[in-house]
Amino acid sequence: MKKLSKFFLMVGQMSRFAGRYFKEVLFPPYEFQELLKQCYFIGNKSFNLVAITGLIMGIVITLQTRPTLVEFGAVSWMPSMIGVAIVREIGPVITALICAGKIGSGIGAELASMKVTEQIDAMEVSGTNPFKYLVITRVTATTVMIPILILIADLISLCGSALVEMLKGGVTFQLYFSLVFEYLHFGDLIPSFIKSFFFGFAIGIVGCYMGYTSTKGTEGVGRTANEAVVISSMLVFIIDFIAVLVSDIFYEL
Amino acid sequence: MSYPIDYTNQPVIEIEDLYKSFGDNHVLKGFNLKVWPGENVAIMGKSGSGKSVLIKCIIGLVNIDRGSLKVLNQSVPDLSQKDLDSLRCDVGFQFQGSALYDSMTVRENLEFPLRRHPSKLGTDYNPEHLIQEALEDVGLLHAIDMMPSELSGGMKKRIALARTLILRPKIILYDEPTSGLDPVTGKEISMLINEIQKRYHTASLIITHDLSCAKVTSNRMIILHEGKNYVESTYDKLSVSEDPPVRAFFT
Repeated sequence: MKKLSKFFLMVGQMSRFAGRYFKEVLFPPYEFQELLKQCYFIGNKSFNLVAITGLIMGIVITLQTRPTLVEFGAVSWMPSMIGVAIVREIGPVITALICAGKIGSGIGAELASMKVTEQIDAMEVSGTNPFKYLVITRVTATTVMIPILILIADLISLCGSALVEMLKGGVTFQLYFSLVFEYLHFGDLIPSFIKSFFFGFAIGIVGCYMGYTSTKGTEGVGRTANEAVVISSMLVFIIDFIAVLVSDIFYEL
Repeated sequence: MSYPIDYTNQPVIEIEDLYKSFGDNHVLKGFNLKVWPGENVAIMGKSGSGKSVLIKCIIGLVNIDRGSLKVLNQSVPDLSQKDLDSLRCDVGFQFQGSALYDSMTVRENLEFPLRRHPSKLGTDYNPEHLIQEALEDVGLLHAIDMMPSELSGGMKKRIALARTLILRPKIILYDEPTSGLDPVTGKEISMLINEIQKRYHTASLIITHDLSCAKVTSNRMIILHEGKNYVESTYDKLSVSEDPPVRAFFT
């Protein structure tokens, strides 16, 4: 019972924290320089990890699926099936989970360590609003950069899949991608792109909230990083579930 | 300590009957304080006696429960965020652990307070000149492009002091300025506090456990005991006191 009330208290506080983001994001002073720096760190520094994971994801899914499709004589469906699966579901979710691990924990640990060493207080004392400088920039950067990383991961993943098909089935890249895009519609791409913004926002806000409200000194830094990953990963699945339900309603219309 | 203290003007810090609790932990229970322009006041007390809470109340980082708290004749609890930010330009705060931004170089650390308060220093100020001057004041101009992780504890304290000085504050609050330092470096920091007071005519409130720091820097000492000013006098008088709680600090 105590754990449950603690959980709901955290949900409430996190919602208020997110509300404060929306309240303050539109009003000056704007920290553009810090925002660009965060976009660079979040986007550029996560690129290699996302690219490698995306490539392996495409290769593995194709290799695993191929024997079954060959058995049923449906190997020609491979590009369309992999295309839809990666763009609609696997690409965004896997990339968001990777970002939750790398970016969410990084933000959580960084802010928690700043709190422990009184750097956040020092910022406030110097007349800078630490919420604007630290939270708004990081949450905005994750909201903008994670959808871009997801698009890149999708593309690289399809390239990995095309590579397997080229080596195993003699299908050219051109043919592979024309088959992918023949079955891939804007109706697949748009919901997936929209939900990736929510993934980015959730990862940023959870990391910032956990770091900004961290307690228990240096011990709390590790715990914060861990909790940021766990909660943001869970939120990715919840957002995905809601997004699938909502987009399903639109498909049926 | 023989720098002129201006008793004719209003006190720069005026606290009356200050109360602050955290749950059932009553930290400050009717604390009173007046700090005059140009005066250095050292506050000593046992760990957990509320010294750091007191200076965090003064700078507005912690809200008070009741009482009156005026800094530069402005009531801190009644200030809007904008006015509080403006007041903070005139009140420097040196944190116990230095609190340097560890993702920034020394130069960027010193630039940081300037970016929000350019108007305070006039329209024709030169940031680079101010940074160099502040680093020269603390004798660390050569460290301008170093990262905080490359600095020793004493250097970090000096850089934090330079960052505090860059906005030319009228009051400086020091939270254990010599803690974690060897006696020689601690003495250097104490001397530096005096030099800064002499050069910029600041008033200072120094929270310390270090007797030698209190001796070198303070015009007046306050022993904080059970949330109140237990005793208030000069170092020389307190050092010969026979009162057990006071003696506990000097033996």
